[in-house]
Amino acid sequence: MKPASVVWAIVVLLIIAHQDFWFWDDTTLVWGFLPVALAYHACISLAASGTWYLATRFCWPVDETEMEKTGEKTA
Amino acid sequence: MTQLLIICGYLVLLLLLGIGASRLFRGTSQDYMLASHSIGPFLLLMSIFGTTMTAFALVGSTGEAFKEGVGVYGMLASSSGIIHSLCFFLLGVKVWKLGKAYGYRTQVQFFRDRLESRWLGALLFPVLVGLVIPYLLIGVMASGTVINKVTAGRVQDGQVVGGTFPEGTFPAFLERGTNPKATAAAPSFAYGSQGGVPKPVASLAICGIVLVYVFLGGMRGTAWANTFQTLVFMILGIVTFVVIAWKLGGQDSFWASLQAASAAIPAEKLTRLHIPPEKFLTYMFVPLSVGMFPHLFQHWLTARSAASFKLPVVAHPLFIAIVWVPCVLIGAWATSDLIAIPPPVAANPNAVLPFLVQKLAGPVLGGLLTAGILAAIMSSLDSQFLCLGTMFTEDVVQPLRGSRRLTDQQELLVARLFIIAIVAVTYCLSLAEPRRVFTLGVWCFSGFSSLFPLILAALYWPRLTKAGGYACILAAAGSWLWLFAASDFAAQPNFTVNLPVPLAVDADGAWQLMPVAAMITLSTVAMVTVSLMTKPPSQQTLDRFFPSP
Repeated sequence: MKPASVVWAIVVLLIIAHQDFWFWDDTTLVWGFLPVALAYHACISLAASGTWYLATRFCWPVDETEMEKTGEKTA
Repeated sequence: MTQLLIICGYLVLLLLLGIGASRLFRGTSQDYMLASHSIGPFLLLMSIFGTTMTAFALVGSTGEAFKEGVGVYGMLASSSGIIHSLCFFLLGVKVWKLGKAYGYRTQVQFFRDRLESRWLGALLFPVLVGLVIPYLLIGVMASGTVINKVTAGRVQDGQVVGGTFPEGTFPAFLERGTNPKATAAAPSFAYGSQGGVPKPVASLAICGIVLVYVFLGGMRGTAWANTFQTLVFMILGIVTFVVIAWKLGGQDSFWASLQAASAAIPAEKLTRLHIPPEKFLTYMFVPLSVGMFPHLFQHWLTARSAASFKLPVVAHPLFIAIVWVPCVLIGAWATSDLIAIPPPVAANPNAVLPFLVQKLAGPVLGGLLTAGILAAIMSSLDSQFLCLGTMFTEDVVQPLRGSRRLTDQQELLVARLFIIAIVAVTYCLSLAEPRRVFTLGVWCFSGFSSLFPLILAALYWPRLTKAGGYACILAAAGSWLWLFAASDFAAQPNFTVNLPVPLAVDADGAWQLMPVAAMITLSTVAMVTVSLMTKPPSQQTLDRFFPSP
């Protein structure tokens, strides 16, 4: 499987994981102060950041060197 | 008075920043509107984040958590972390590449070329401006509320105690207000400015300051001001959180105070039992709005290189968490019995955060924290003001003049005059203080989201045709107007589109969907159907927008 496909699969997983119906009525406070619904979704934010880092590494849509060459030719 | 002096000091600092940026201004409209494509990764991150995080993020999220509980974070913040970066990645980089190659400054210019329609602006321009106005309203309304609340006194037995200005300082129409729950009652000082700067005066001052630094510095000034203000509101936001947690919890250590404050949150605010899962799911369509925000489109075009987008794509979800988690917790704490929220504040959720700041922080810290909240508000207003001016000159005036193009100086003048006109209209609308910031924000974002299929198809679907594009815009605008009217113009904060389903599927017999889900479905179906039924774009257009690798 190509790295880009893995990244897009993780994005889809993130969107699915976002629908956390299993915590819907949970009143647990993580570390005694963070409601579990909030803690879980804060983790989703962290995971999103990590996923997008992978996307910039493995699926970046622009070839910078190619653009620079084109720019030089145009100039 | 201390808070007011600190706020004034902060506003003067912003003006100095605008003057500083104006010294680097190259005098061309290209520099004024796009900072000559010179914005690097850090400035791009801060300006994009500052622009997307408005009063909605600070004042609105706290107010909404106060009303609806901690589920608000999942509904909009974590979904935005995924979707916003997705839009920057899929749309922003490609838009920047095309903008750089063909000199686009606005969305209409791009769509005009892509859809081969000279008159597209006549339809798209009013739709975009119509949707930006509620967005501006959010900022203008919230700035007035924030400054008023932190400079106001408290109400004891129907009397105002400890305000900055005694009754009679301002004309009665500015000082007196009515109880929103008893509108038949006579206007009173206790339901009006309460000794603070009256909201209309505060909103006007904020509009004036933003106008001045946008006029002086253009896009570069806006990017600098956004960076500075984003740093201010993030740092002061964390300070606000620590101070409020410590004061509310009332324990010796910060950690113990945090735990005490959260332990007092009522159970119903910790769960999402009142939010149908299908509504939660369809909330995910709302952040797609960033794909069609005209001011964000303009920010994308300011990037120095495609690589400048990498930092915003990665850091945006983290920054959202840093801002939203504390705000949502603060809103949930405000529902506990640790603090009594007076009825006028409880009736206006926009006022919850400023009330807590005023009540729990000292005057110096209160002033600084207020500056932080205002920073978040102004860092969105400035981009929106600038973008509206750019759109008017580029999408309306220049096409009407044909070959008789405006000079750079004329273009700047026209842009500035249009900005003043739009700010005047928005300011007048804000005086009615129509709706909750959060509700208004969701409607505004939903409208932009319903246009998301258009930009996605324009960049990735060669079969999109001119007629398909028009159908998409008309379906988006029509469905938005229809549903907005059905919600009594946002008077029903929990309005949903109810889709009948068998009782075996849902015990309520209906899925409660966010209106945005219906709007996106309609605009997509209209766009795809009409595109497939009409002639494909010319080969010249396809070669331009979809070159072979």
